[in-house]
Amino acid sequence: MIRLEKRKEPSKLWRIANPFLAVALTMLAGGIMFAMLGKDPFVAIRLIFFDPIFSETFASYSRPQLLIKSAPLILIAVGLAIGFKANVWNIGAEGQYIMGALFGAGVALAFFPAPGWYIFPLMVLAGAFGGFLWAMIPAILKTRFNTNEILVSLLLVYVAERILAAMALGLMRNPDQPGFPGSRDLRRYEAAYNSELIANTGMHWGVVAAIIAVIFAYVMMTRHMLGFHIQLAGQAPRAARFGGVSPARLVIICLGISGALAGLAGMFEVSGPGGQVRIEFASGYGFTAIIVAFLGRLHPIGIVLAGLLLGLTYIGGELSQMMLQLPGAAIQVFQGMLLFFLLALDFQTNYRIRLTQGAHA
Amino acid sequence: MILGSINPAVLLAALMVAATPILLAAIGELVVEKSGVLNLGVEGMMIMGACVGFIVAVNTGSPFIGFVGAALGGMALSLLFALLTQALMTNQVASGLALTLFGLGLTALLGQRYVGITPPRTPKLDLGLLSDIPFLGRALFTHDIVVYLTIALVGAVWWFLKYSRAGMILRAVGENHDAAHALGYHVKRVRVLAIMFGGACAGLGGAYLSLIRVPQWTEGMTVGAGWIALALVVFASWRPWRAMAGAYLFGGVVVLQLNLQAAGVRIPVEYLSMSPYLITILVLVIISSGKGRSLNAPGSLNKPFHASS
Repeated sequence: MIRLEKRKEPSKLWRIANPFLAVALTMLAGGIMFAMLGKDPFVAIRLIFFDPIFSETFASYSRPQLLIKSAPLILIAVGLAIGFKANVWNIGAEGQYIMGALFGAGVALAFFPAPGWYIFPLMVLAGAFGGFLWAMIPAILKTRFNTNEILVSLLLVYVAERILAAMALGLMRNPDQPGFPGSRDLRRYEAAYNSELIANTGMHWGVVAAIIAVIFAYVMMTRHMLGFHIQLAGQAPRAARFGGVSPARLVIICLGISGALAGLAGMFEVSGPGGQVRIEFASGYGFTAIIVAFLGRLHPIGIVLAGLLLGLTYIGGELSQMMLQLPGAAIQVFQGMLLFFLLALDFQTNYRIRLTQGAHA
Repeated sequence: MILGSINPAVLLAALMVAATPILLAAIGELVVEKSGVLNLGVEGMMIMGACVGFIVAVNTGSPFIGFVGAALGGMALSLLFALLTQALMTNQVASGLALTLFGLGLTALLGQRYVGITPPRTPKLDLGLLSDIPFLGRALFTHDIVVYLTIALVGAVWWFLKYSRAGMILRAVGENHDAAHALGYHVKRVRVLAIMFGGACAGLGGAYLSLIRVPQWTEGMTVGAGWIALALVVFASWRPWRAMAGAYLFGGVVVLQLNLQAAGVRIPVEYLSMSPYLITILVLVIISSGKGRSLNAPGSLNKPFHASS
């Protein structure tokens, strides 16, 4: 008879091995899915995971894309992971991302067409503030009224999407091209343009911010008292309260940090790769970042690797759409499967399978 | 006066239709949560039902078979959640989120070739004389059968949870799984069955959207209805009839908002269409700020159960 036995301590080996296993299993299941769609699975998998980096024909375009797609994912996921560790579930990062972009773009559009070195830094501050503000809604409702932060932060995504549409069609619409929805192209406004720092690498200020955020999160979680409190509150909430950790303060801090980082990601996107406030601006980074956070084991370094991998699937997805006419949604399924496999495999981390004789319950 | 152009009987009728999909999803999730499981994948199961129901209905030409397919589709996805959380002991919040992300992707893939098609029409129920009653007839008795079956389902769930033996076992499992286990009840079996019921209901709710309310298939067409259903369960304090009251209240907001749009109120459409989400948040705040333990959440909600011996 097969029996699950709880391990005394989570297995370190499985914790690290599982993300790799999950990726392998996803490739396998994804290959089956591609075959069912009538495509050669080996070609498809190679196109998604290998060609964006190594193929001579595509790499010149897609290598820089890797940093462009991964930076927002990493930036958002680092913040989310801090909250997840403390059992604070901010799943509305997509909304905070949109609000950060709107605040950042708002500053740029207000200054247009003035030159000035101070405009971009102001946009950075505004972007972080926009995301922070949007995350403070669930945070304050949670701490003041004990309202579930999962539902509120998620519902606010839909509100943010409507605000984005209203802005693209109304207040922020480009007055020089009133026939088209969407704001001015920030890439053509030098003082606000988040340009490539090194040509043809995809390296922009958002990548720099992501690196800083990773280092900051690493130091905070491993060396700082606050990081200890966060881990304690997640693993032993009662002990944390006896130890003088204020749950309300942690909720505010966790949601505040993740909101501000998501806002930054949105701001760097709208002022650089995205270019303008459009109705279709939001591309699901806020939701994919949840997968990145889990796949990276809520650890800053792991999140960098996971972010690069999922960034790769975005590019590979576009590539396979172009080359194999593979539907764009296939990549979403792929990402969803990844999270499933990871969660499923994780039972090995906490439990051990025992084969016992007889059926003594 | 713009409000004058809105006919209250038509409004009431539209409200019932708008409320039905979220009520279906909510009543299913209510049973799931009563058994102590928090399934955040309602949105994913709903969109699955919307998609599978639509595909089946178009291919068979029968909306009825479509609804059956939708229930099975939602249930299939919920079984995945049951496997993860009950057999493999994964985190329920993360698994629910995974279900939603996966469901949205999978349906976008499955439904690709069905965009822009009109599904077979679901006939309205012929209630004869009843629908000729002035005002009330128009408002209450001009619907398709699903609207009435949903109300019946709410009643059945209420009776089941309150009076039936199986319902009491389900509540015991949800309130205190250790005690229920000690009494010899099969905690996991009860929970898996509840999760399946929740999946089927969410699937039906989704199919109501794609087959009757919209009626069309578009990618991501549930736009948060599943999340609103989750909020509704909290709003209802886990009581079936209150869930129905909440769904109708919500349906009223949606319909009023749509009517204001149609009547050409000078507020941009985007702001009007965010009102259902804002009202849901507002209602959540009012309910959860209530003093003390009036919230009535099941005691073992979102706690994993593993029989140690």
